[in-house]
Amino acid sequence: MASLTDLTLTEAQTGLASGDFSSKELTEAHITAIEGARDLNAFVIETPERAIEDAERSDKRRASGEVGGIEGLPIAIKDLFCTKGVQSTAASKMLEGFVPPYESTVTAQMVEAGMVMLGKTNLDEFAMGSSNETSYFGPVVNPWKRNSDDQPLVPGGSSGGSAAAVAARLCLAATGTDTGGSIRQPASFCGIVGMKPTYGRCSRWGIVAFASSLDQAGPMTRTVRDSALLLQSMVGFDPKDTTSADVPVPDFQAALGQDIKGLKIGIPSEYRLDGTDPEILGLWDQGIKWLEEAGAETVEVSLPRTKYALPVYYIIAPAEASSNLARYDGMRYGLRVEGDTLTDVYENTRGEGFGAEVRRRILMGTYVLSAGYYDAYYIKAQKVRKLIADEFSVAFEQVDAILTPTVPSAAFAHGEKSDDLLAMYLNDVLTVPASLAGLPGISVPAGLSSDGLPLGLQLITKAFDEETLFRVADVIEQSAKFTGRPDMKA
Amino acid sequence: MSVDKSTVARIAQLARIKVPEEDLDALADELSKIVGWVEQLDEVDTEGVAPMASTAEGTVLRQRDDVVTDGDCRDDVLSNAPESEKGYFVVPKVIE
Amino acid sequence: MSEKNLIKGQTGDWEVVIGLEVHAQVIAEAKLFSGADTSFGAEPNEQVSLVDAAMPGMLPVINKKALEQAVRTGLGIKAQINRFSVFDRKNYFYPDLPQGYQISQFSDPIVGKGEIVIDMEDGESRTVGITRIHLEQDAGKSVHDMDPISTYVDLNRSGVPLMEIVSEPDLRSADEAAAYLTKLRAILRYLGTCDGNMEQGSMRCDANVSVRKPGDDLGTRCEIKNVNSIRFAAQAIEYEARRQIEVIEGGGTIDQETRLFDANKGVTRSMRSKEEAHDYRYFPDPDLLPVNLSEEFVEEIRASLPELPDEKKDRFVSEFGLSAYDADVLVAEKAIAEYFEEAAKGQDAKTVANWVTSDLFGYLNKEGLEISESPVSAKQLGALVGLISDSTISGRIARDVFAEMCASGKDPGDIVEEKGLKQVSDSGELEGIVDEVIAKGTAQVEQYKSGNEKIIGWFVGQVMQATKGQANPQMVNEILRKKLTD
Repeated sequence: MASLTDLTLTEAQTGLASGDFSSKELTEAHITAIEGARDLNAFVIETPERAIEDAERSDKRRASGEVGGIEGLPIAIKDLFCTKGVQSTAASKMLEGFVPPYESTVTAQMVEAGMVMLGKTNLDEFAMGSSNETSYFGPVVNPWKRNSDDQPLVPGGSSGGSAAAVAARLCLAATGTDTGGSIRQPASFCGIVGMKPTYGRCSRWGIVAFASSLDQAGPMTRTVRDSALLLQSMVGFDPKDTTSADVPVPDFQAALGQDIKGLKIGIPSEYRLDGTDPEILGLWDQGIKWLEEAGAETVEVSLPRTKYALPVYYIIAPAEASSNLARYDGMRYGLRVEGDTLTDVYENTRGEGFGAEVRRRILMGTYVLSAGYYDAYYIKAQKVRKLIADEFSVAFEQVDAILTPTVPSAAFAHGEKSDDLLAMYLNDVLTVPASLAGLPGISVPAGLSSDGLPLGLQLITKAFDEETLFRVADVIEQSAKFTGRPDMKA
Repeated sequence: MSVDKSTVARIAQLARIKVPEEDLDALADELSKIVGWVEQLDEVDTEGVAPMASTAEGTVLRQRDDVVTDGDCRDDVLSNAPESEKGYFVVPKVIE
Repeated sequence: MSEKNLIKGQTGDWEVVIGLEVHAQVIAEAKLFSGADTSFGAEPNEQVSLVDAAMPGMLPVINKKALEQAVRTGLGIKAQINRFSVFDRKNYFYPDLPQGYQISQFSDPIVGKGEIVIDMEDGESRTVGITRIHLEQDAGKSVHDMDPISTYVDLNRSGVPLMEIVSEPDLRSADEAAAYLTKLRAILRYLGTCDGNMEQGSMRCDANVSVRKPGDDLGTRCEIKNVNSIRFAAQAIEYEARRQIEVIEGGGTIDQETRLFDANKGVTRSMRSKEEAHDYRYFPDPDLLPVNLSEEFVEEIRASLPELPDEKKDRFVSEFGLSAYDADVLVAEKAIAEYFEEAAKGQDAKTVANWVTSDLFGYLNKEGLEISESPVSAKQLGALVGLISDSTISGRIARDVFAEMCASGKDPGDIVEEKGLKQVSDSGELEGIVDEVIAKGTAQVEQYKSGNEKIIGWFVGQVMQATKGQANPQMVNEILRKKLTD
């Protein structure tokens, strides 16, 4: 039934509770939807049998009175999370066929909470990218199209598969990971809600590491409430992850529906970049009005080093990645390409196993860490990072949340930015600063461009204040009344 | 600072990634572009600033108790090995 | 600078400069960053967690014990304990290094400068500086001889905690190096932070050796890797010093390189693999946080330190009146020192010391036993010495009793009773026997009277024969002299 896939996560949860339908029916509807939308290439692997098993088990549990936080809800998992017994590839030839004998902490919690796993979604290889064009398994197609032409568009990245799947109603929700904007930016491009929690909220154990000091798992959903609902099952202290925060977990949904009278919202002038689509700037102004109408006070704040965030990111992330990806060497798992000597095997395996963008970032990372350059690049970047984080801290002494656009443009066409590296990297210019500072951020679809494409607004709050984040995001969502749907005809 | 072809070759060797000769020039260009772009950080005054070690800064390094809680899972450990035998990983011989 | 350490070359005297890097496996149940077992001797890959195998998404969590042991070791060598330290990644590729990097400490190690006092054979002491100690992961094991074209990798050892202890280049001879290793090993064993078993590989040594003419700048050094016994270390250093002198005097120069010691041939060889410049690209591990030790943490460890060899030796000398040499022998192993102290309770310490170092050691060495396996307990040995001190038995008889104790494990008192070995110290009885012997030995009496003092021995021997060796020798001597002089 088409309408089952149109429900929000929250509505489906209510429906299951009321017995309007079973998890099995809900799941079957989504399996059918997935089958019919394969041209989006949103999935690396579909797991319909596993999903039906999960659903049947869930219906039985529900009958005996056991109901977890996301009980019986069909959800898709970004193929960066290691899922026990199910292929986990990081969208790379390097891990094609890799079946982990372990489950990531986040997905283990979700399984415990009763989720139904529909499959593993496509992404930029090893989470490196902003358009989901670097996947070994082919690019993902944004279910949205411009009014003016028929060109396939990118869904954003790296969590492009998850974003497309959620937007196209192939799943009720999906998990993503965000390192420099990889949840928020595709969410904006696909007209959905994408949220990155505070660094340390979600465990990184079992998630293929890209940049250790930046990676965070997060929910990708169609509404803000759905986001809070899913996040609840994803977060939690994990003693197996030294960077996991041992902090109390609030009831995120309780933050919704609270008014924002008297809250101060910061508007950073430095996020008004040259070259930003004027429609997006207009939407930002609109967002400011919505919040003021809801009783908040908007305040100009200054984050002077914002423009340096992107170069800082493109030193630190590749540096950490170059080391994190050293384990992919053909010795213990994954691809092995033969050679005459050990060195040949290393070089052949990694030469063939990694795509061009991954190779580029590993080389960049190796370069900035190498002797003679370490101080000038890596140390310098970590210092500037400290300054950027401090700027946010100062701003948050004045305001409760910061409102910005999510991306300087709407979704672009496949291949449009592939030749211009820096233009591609600029997709993340507005999302990266919060990542560097470890702060929680959310993108809420707020309007359509004149060409019919979704545009998102971003909110950022201080560390561990996801409650305020959801509270204000809810207001944006209520005010925007975004009802856009992609036309899913390929 | 531009990154030249021989530097790319050296870095590729450090990173154990085979880069075909014909790709070296293009890669050198790309990396030069990126490196040139990140060099704008030189504009930022970072006198007296401590590098940020972790976003989880200020948190105490959590320590484990000295108890054996893991291992004894050889099958799992070898489950995806390209080659294994008698309980060992089998890899190309290291010539010393 | 000690003249005696100089090596004579063709062109004059040479000074050898040695610095030692010791990798000591930390005594801990579990690994440095994972919960897998560290015990020796398991089947391949049975003690490997997913973290040790560096599977995708795995993360390190530090073992508290490793930090404690490093601090304990630092305190034991009177070193500066760095409250703040950082774990860095050392990046390189090798099949027994699953992560493609080793978690180590580069610019901010947990322990700073310290020192060890070494005791040379001639009785002199020297202070050797220690530059630093840091914690790091051990690598796995690559087995090259199980297959002609493949290497077999066992990751059991991967991730085991190591302390890298770096000495200042203060050593000036192979003997000093051996003394340093011996002392360091003893200290580590006393502290319980490393068992120092070089044959098993729980303590490994790399030696940096260079030579120079006295007064010159430091020469180019070569690193001799993975020497697995103190004896081999000394041999390797000795060989390497002479090799370098020969090269230089022959007009050549020393290449800075890594060499291996061939124990069979007693030579060092250059490692044939092309030594590419190692760029390890150290950076702080972003999966961890810096270490910040509290004062409390450090003080608790300080309070729990055992008495160390140097202090114990000084106390043995001052409290028990032992010679420095004897004290040295007894403190070499904590178990021996403890045995000695137990045995010496209420006994004559010097006598006990002698019995331990000659008779007991003699027996243990012959049977290949450790002191913990001694059939004679400390208490029993002490009791034996007591029986000599109170003249129950003579020193000679005591030797027989001791042999019986070793064989049977029985108490000395029981053996003396059972075998009726009590010394005859009844002067009346002895006088009677002496009279008999004198009556028998008229010729010998003549000899004694004409000045041959030594003939006393014959009389003593006769008395001993008559008493089955149980006559109190001092008494016999006294009585004999008295009677013979009359």
